[in-house]
Amino acid sequence: MVKKQKNVRNFSIIAHIDHGKSTLADRILENTKALTQREMKEQFLDAMDLERERGITIKLNAVQLQYASKDGEEYTFHLIDTPGHVDFTYEVSRSLAACEGAVLVVDAAQGIEAQTLANVYLALDNDLEIIPVINKIDLPNADPERVAQELEDVIGIDKDDVILASAKDNIGIEEILERIVTDIPAPQGESEEPLKALIFDSLYDPYRGVIAYVCVKDGAVKIGDKIKMMATGKEFEVNDLGVFTPKPVNKDELTVGDVGFLTASIKNVGDTRVGDTITLAKNEADTPLPGYRRLNPMVFCGLFPVDSNKYNDLREALERLELNDSSLQYEAETSQALGFGFRCGFLGLLHMEIIQERIEREFNIDLITTAPSVIYEVEETSGETVEVDNPSVMPDPQIIKEVREPFVKATIMVPNDYVGAVMEIAQKKRGQFMDMEYLDDIRVNVIYHIPLSEIVYDFFDQLKSQTKGYASFDYDLIGYHPSNLVKMDILLNGETIDALSFIVHRDFAYERGKHIVDKLKDLIPRQQFEVPVQAAIGNKIVARSTIKAMRKNVLSKCYGGDISRKRKLLEKQKEGKKRMKMVGSVEVPQEAFMAVLEMNDD
Amino acid sequence: MINSVYIHIPFCQQLCHYCDFTKFFYNEAAANEYIEALANEINQNIPNEKTYVKTIYVGGGTPTALTVEQLRSLLNLIYKKFDIANCKEFTIEANPGDFDIDKIKLLKSYGVNRISLGVQVFDDKMLEELGRIHKVKDVYRTIDLLTQQHFSNISLDLIYALPNQTVNQFEKSLQEAMTFNLPHYSTYALQIEPKTIFYQRYKKGQLHRPPQEAEVEMYTILKDTMQANDVYQYEISNFAKQGYESQHNLTYWNNDYYYGFGAGAHGYLPGKRIGNIRPLPHYIKKALDNGMPVLTTEEIGLKEQIEEEFFLGLRKLEGVSKSSFEKKFGFTYNKLYGQTVSNLIQKGWLAEDQQYIKLTDEGILFGNDVFAQFLLENSDLELVY
Repeated sequence: MVKKQKNVRNFSIIAHIDHGKSTLADRILENTKALTQREMKEQFLDAMDLERERGITIKLNAVQLQYASKDGEEYTFHLIDTPGHVDFTYEVSRSLAACEGAVLVVDAAQGIEAQTLANVYLALDNDLEIIPVINKIDLPNADPERVAQELEDVIGIDKDDVILASAKDNIGIEEILERIVTDIPAPQGESEEPLKALIFDSLYDPYRGVIAYVCVKDGAVKIGDKIKMMATGKEFEVNDLGVFTPKPVNKDELTVGDVGFLTASIKNVGDTRVGDTITLAKNEADTPLPGYRRLNPMVFCGLFPVDSNKYNDLREALERLELNDSSLQYEAETSQALGFGFRCGFLGLLHMEIIQERIEREFNIDLITTAPSVIYEVEETSGETVEVDNPSVMPDPQIIKEVREPFVKATIMVPNDYVGAVMEIAQKKRGQFMDMEYLDDIRVNVIYHIPLSEIVYDFFDQLKSQTKGYASFDYDLIGYHPSNLVKMDILLNGETIDALSFIVHRDFAYERGKHIVDKLKDLIPRQQFEVPVQAAIGNKIVARSTIKAMRKNVLSKCYGGDISRKRKLLEKQKEGKKRMKMVGSVEVPQEAFMAVLEMNDD
Repeated sequence: MINSVYIHIPFCQQLCHYCDFTKFFYNEAAANEYIEALANEINQNIPNEKTYVKTIYVGGGTPTALTVEQLRSLLNLIYKKFDIANCKEFTIEANPGDFDIDKIKLLKSYGVNRISLGVQVFDDKMLEELGRIHKVKDVYRTIDLLTQQHFSNISLDLIYALPNQTVNQFEKSLQEAMTFNLPHYSTYALQIEPKTIFYQRYKKGQLHRPPQEAEVEMYTILKDTMQANDVYQYEISNFAKQGYESQHNLTYWNNDYYYGFGAGAHGYLPGKRIGNIRPLPHYIKKALDNGMPVLTTEEIGLKEQIEEEFFLGLRKLEGVSKSSFEKKFGFTYNKLYGQTVSNLIQKGWLAEDQQYIKLTDEGILFGNDVFAQFLLENSDLELVY
């Protein structure tokens, strides 16, 4: 192994949201002099606005750092950032696959969380060396002793190996850097072998095309090389190679152990799938790197512009976002109620919310989002099986033999005081209790099999609120099982509103129908006429409420000559109308379309 | 020409739970300072003495919360700057709770010719819940005193659709108000405004307003009762006997100019609507400094003028005069609003005759929906210019 390769360390940081990953990353950048104080923007790795606001990392980044170790040698670190949300588990697993080690950061007061644990298991699956760090030891309620014991009990890490740190106060950072040198092995590849480079992320740049983030596992790649994507078979010619320091620095070659970027006039991120292996077209590797999986969306919803004239703008927005997000899927959809829009597929709820928010914010299109749905498998009496990702196209009950829905294994980690609360929520969500294990004296892992459709909406919110925020949660898809499901329609003023239809378990249908018609009654403002709101299964009405007719809308108040205020009021009223959608003869606000899956009773 | 003046006195003996006007607890030193600041603001804006204006309106807050001495210096100031002898209408707002014979005599001697009394409701329990300090009996006493001093142009302010108020309770209160046989009544449905005690209660779910249905019933009773007493409705919330319409309030609806002096006061001057600074110390400092304590200035261009001609004018029962519109803007209204008006007529909310476009009975109830239709886009003006 050449010396250059011997002194390379590739690692990630695994942490729960708020446990201080970004701060630690910043400290590492500072302590390796990658950034001057002036360049130091708080939390450098989280670049996107949305990420910053939500305190989560969506896009991965890789930074090359130089570190002069106490052993007298100079080391090259590649810090590979990972997204911190359950929707992006696969991407996490691929960025971990680019590493030989991981720094595990756990909050000194809160201890380990389910998501972190899930990522630690992913790291262990990828044979990563774990460097455990207990962060925020400066907090008044820090209990590093207990957390260290927990790490030993839960993950099997020797508690004496744990580093105590406070990234905020720059405590323990040097020790972390040294341990990265001593504990994490150098990358093991062979520079003489045919090229194998793992794509662990990609993004679209309007000037350079797709920028692929790669980790070279074997061989080398040079500018001008003809490369081949092993999963898709597509071939390209390399234009640019380089690393981020964190500023991009161009290189002529990337070789074993290097982590950097590559451009090759690639027009679509779909051609650089995360997990795919890049090899040379003329000197192909025999087998790709393991672990590639094509990501399929799990959650679907309709996106419609409030203003129907903005349909083409919405299409353009989706096209633009798709360039950068190969897991986003969409196809045109027509709703009787909402007009032209798109049926879109997402990895999960967060992914859906992010896309929705970006369309509203970056492209300035007001959206109506229909309630999220999963893909149902419907076996018809003819023996044919169809996939249904949109409740409104559910086949007629007469020709349905069986409906199957996706289930997940949900792992909920919670202090034992809240086990009852968790069970109650899981029960309400049609969960099937599987197992319960004590991780230590206090923490319990509760495992349920739950229909995916039940967790896509507010499961996590409810879990958080019922456990005072202590519960953490992770899930894996485990396959399809038959369920007694029916389609419920909602009628406004006697008209079925296709965009409000949803699939529900028959046992919960009445209750859910009642809840939804009441909720809609409150969400939809009074109209010029009385509007009945009905829930129906087939032709049978199962619940009803009434939106009373609006009787007046006038300000009798004089405001002492403050006409500007009156004007503002009228303008606000006019704006408000723009955000409503005319559905048949009824004006419906955006929130109403999401109401169908909300279960809480407030 | 600017023919009207509004002067704001932001002091109160007690703060009402629904009120979101600029107001502060009365404090003698602050009130003295305030009057000085107000004088400077008026002097800076009205350079000449005995300036002609058609109407003056002193509102609040509660102007009558001031002491006799303070009222006197305020009235002196007004008397010096404006031509009171030729002023058609000089109104002062008064609270039955802090009005006495000395103050009434004083007002009379300075030419005040109209009193607007904040009565609100004839029900002691409800008055208390509104945070008012007066009782029903104070209303009788005050109107007696006013009549003795030959004030005949008296207006009562009434609020309806109060928390928990039933239609019957309202009707009873209204009947009592009518027994005074006054020439003018202003009636407002309770509005829950942010930054008020009622708003806090409402948000917590502790304040129960009558349903819309009841509110509409109260409004219908109000209209019928007024009519039966020969008090006719000339504006959405104002009723008067023939010849007693408030000239000052009509300034607003006629879209005419007016000065606004005092903390939080609003004025409409050629090309702009201004709003004064609200907090007392800031207002006083700025007014003493340069006499221009303005916080907000809203440019009123042609588009805004046209919109306001309609959304203010339609508040009057007589409506918007088509010929005045044409005279003012140089084109007929239907070039811009032809479609809007015919849609609203079809809906039954507007009516049109040779001279006027006006709200129908049904249209009054949906006034805001009608008014909002008269807001224009900038590009609309290309149709006419």
